[in-house]
Amino acid sequence: MKIIIAGGGKVGTELTKKLSREGHEITLIDLDAEVLENIMEHYDIISIQGNAASLDTLEEANVQEAELLIAATDRDEENMLACLTGHAVNPNLHTIARIRDPEYKSQAIRLRDIFGLNLVINPEKDAAVEISRLLRFPGFLNIETFAKGSAEIVSFKITADSPINNVELKDFPQKIQTQVLVCAVKRDGKCIMPDGLFKLKENDVIYVTASSENLSALLKNLGIITKKTKYVLIAGGSRISYYLALELEQSGIQVSIIEQDPEKCEALASDLPEVTIIEGDASSQDFLDREGIEKYDALVSLTGLDELNIVMSLYAKARNVPMVITKLSHAENNRILDSLQVGSVISPKELSCNGILRYVRAMQNKEGAALSVHLIGEGQIEAIEFEISENDRYIDTTLKDIPTKKNVLIVSITSRGKSEIATGNSKYHTGDIVVVVTNADNPIRDFNEIFEG
Amino acid sequence: MNFTKIIQVFVPLLGIELIFMIPAMIWAMIDHDVHVQIAFIKTMIVIAVVGILFWLVSRDAEDGFYAREGLVTTGMAWIIMSILGCLPFYFSHEIPSFIDALFETVSGFTTTGSSILVNVEEMSRGLLYWRSFTHWLGGMGVLVFLLAIVPLSGKNEGFTLHILRAESPGPSVGKLVPRMRQTAIILYVLYFVLTVIDIILLMVGGMSLFEALCTGFGTAGTGGFGVKSDSLASYSPFIQNVTTVFMFLFGVNFSCYYLIFINRIKDALKDEELHAYLGIIFVSILVITLNIRPLYQTTEESLRHAAFQVGTVMSTTGYATTDFDLWPGLSKGILMILMLGGACAGSTGGGFKIARVVLLLKSLRRNIHENLHPSEIKKIRMNGHIVDEKVLANLNGYLAAYVGIMVISFLLISIDGFSIETNVSAVIATLNNIGPGFAEVGATCNYSMYSAFSKCVLIFNMLAGRLELFPMIILFARTTWTRK
Repeated sequence: MKIIIAGGGKVGTELTKKLSREGHEITLIDLDAEVLENIMEHYDIISIQGNAASLDTLEEANVQEAELLIAATDRDEENMLACLTGHAVNPNLHTIARIRDPEYKSQAIRLRDIFGLNLVINPEKDAAVEISRLLRFPGFLNIETFAKGSAEIVSFKITADSPINNVELKDFPQKIQTQVLVCAVKRDGKCIMPDGLFKLKENDVIYVTASSENLSALLKNLGIITKKTKYVLIAGGSRISYYLALELEQSGIQVSIIEQDPEKCEALASDLPEVTIIEGDASSQDFLDREGIEKYDALVSLTGLDELNIVMSLYAKARNVPMVITKLSHAENNRILDSLQVGSVISPKELSCNGILRYVRAMQNKEGAALSVHLIGEGQIEAIEFEISENDRYIDTTLKDIPTKKNVLIVSITSRGKSEIATGNSKYHTGDIVVVVTNADNPIRDFNEIFEG
Repeated sequence: MNFTKIIQVFVPLLGIELIFMIPAMIWAMIDHDVHVQIAFIKTMIVIAVVGILFWLVSRDAEDGFYAREGLVTTGMAWIIMSILGCLPFYFSHEIPSFIDALFETVSGFTTTGSSILVNVEEMSRGLLYWRSFTHWLGGMGVLVFLLAIVPLSGKNEGFTLHILRAESPGPSVGKLVPRMRQTAIILYVLYFVLTVIDIILLMVGGMSLFEALCTGFGTAGTGGFGVKSDSLASYSPFIQNVTTVFMFLFGVNFSCYYLIFINRIKDALKDEELHAYLGIIFVSILVITLNIRPLYQTTEESLRHAAFQVGTVMSTTGYATTDFDLWPGLSKGILMILMLGGACAGSTGGGFKIARVVLLLKSLRRNIHENLHPSEIKKIRMNGHIVDEKVLANLNGYLAAYVGIMVISFLLISIDGFSIETNVSAVIATLNNIGPGFAEVGATCNYSMYSAFSKCVLIFNMLAGRLELFPMIILFARTTWTRK
């Protein structure tokens, strides 16, 4: 597919990498020649230097023949104008715009048709939604929902006193007496798709498939005590903080935001009347103590500096805050983070890429294409959702008799809204929704690609 | 420097060279030239052995391929291709000296067309075919061919860009479409189609298949090896005119053809370099036609010779229809200047490239302007786009290297004691991949009288000229070979 990506920032680069590897023809537009040069050195794409919102640049990028325009520059106005212009030149063009400013939010949604937007991506908003989901389900590091909410992949870290520490995977379901399947394990920053003899160790992050009903049983049997989150402290008054406070407010959670900049405090205070806004330096441990950090159920570090977020989260863990969430802009730092107690890690970049990748795959939605794609473990593992059609192979065959490729695992089958964790004796039928987990090195676009031969 | 990865790239390259020797071998079989067949078989065995060795060495190459690997790969690939490519001449004893055989092959691959052969007609057809075919392969670039047919993959998939840049001529080489492989295929398809049209027209004009193939390859690659000692002088005016037109066509940037192909004719015709190219052609032909009018019987004849010689020199082909060494000083002077200018960037032609000349003139004009209005800020534009100051700085570096190589090689070959005109034109003709020069290396003469040392200098010049200097210069830099 011919795709134009405008903006070679964090999201633009990540998308370039992902989409180029999937075989799409990428044209990247950016104002900075050096940025383009650097990306061109790594990926097989073409680049154009210029303003993505200008007609000349878009025409040079051959927008007439492109199928998708992803506007991910750091300016909302440019993104909207780029989509508007692109759509005017090529009415068949699909457009995705990143729009971050809350002031444009309602505008972008209501004026969708005028701007020709097919999808509006708001990394901050997406991050806020994700964080609020985690806060409502304390105990898990991450939750991905499939099959309209009936199946989930959750992840958690194994602690020294966990009942499953030093347990071999084949004994795992007995140990916790719940029907679950371990689909991936992250150890020392690398994701592995383990076999039955794999032995779990302290500090491993494991990704587990379970049906939604079993989630609370899983938490209980794992010995993870869950207390409902009531008081949340947010460090940093960024856009995510704003969206998150809104989300949490609606679920009746008390929110305090610490922000250093008096002007931002003023703005937040006027936009969020129900929220406690505290002016002060969240990086000062004295200050956090004075605000009574240990009394909160959760701390969310959302400042613009990754390092600062890590330090604050470490401190919160040390002060026994039950739930800690850390925002990182550069998720590639994650490798060293596994050994640190920083709780759940949220990467807005990864989240918006996920959303866009899902859209791209859906665009190719021909027979057998994926319903959705979820990236887990910094994108090292993909969980892909397929609806089984008549043309798919091995329908009504028990899974143990199906030759799947290496590093491909069928993890759950949802039949008529009822999810079942895949075992050797499971079968899938036409119309079922099947979730497949695979490592992201060999992208799978068609369900039949998972089979050997 | 990741040498194993570099060697890995050479493996399919040798495969390509081996396969392309087969048609030449077939000509030798048709003619029952047993010694030529044996020479080709010996060469193929050598290539196969070297290829297997390379494959063994580089099986577990690690990823990691950046700009400098791209430059070194290109420089070394061309040297290896030339050394192996010259073996048929050497093994068959039709060119008994190894240096001569190498000179002839480098001259072929670099599309120079300078020859050391005293009598071309004595050569067997298999070898002549191979000699001309090296032009065709070298014209668009053998690594580009590799990019078109072999999917070179790796963690760093963008690395192929460095190869394209190092092998394709011009100050700012880019892709035509996002995928490198697609870009390379487009370039080769355009090249192939234009070549086939040329060959068909030559056959319509009465050439035999063999002559048409060799002449077509020479024209397409802007090489200049002919199958006759008098080049194209004895062919009909029709054939000469067809060749003139195609020499001009192959001197145009191929992205113009691509734009025409995808129906963006307006954009193609807006290209500033193309305007300059056509302008120079027109003025030069006009002046030379008037200047040489007294030497020929009709205006048609002088126009035909003027156009042909302008085409051959400007596209850096190096065919001849007449001995232009006998022309008056003005005409010879113009030809000498055209030699320096060369063809368009992104064409199969060599030389300094019109795009660079245009940029240099623009930057010179800015310098003059800045002297008069010191506080004014001016940007240089090309085709409406602002030219990055870095490109201009690179251009100055390129000019310095270009002049430097020219001066040093001129001094080195002067040791042999030939006239200044001979030496200067020999250096210019090899560095710009033209072929014949003036005086003792003129259109009717050849390079056989130079010493082995001078031939090596000229071999370097041809390679440096074809690869735009830096891939060759970098091979002589100490940091390329030392671990750091």
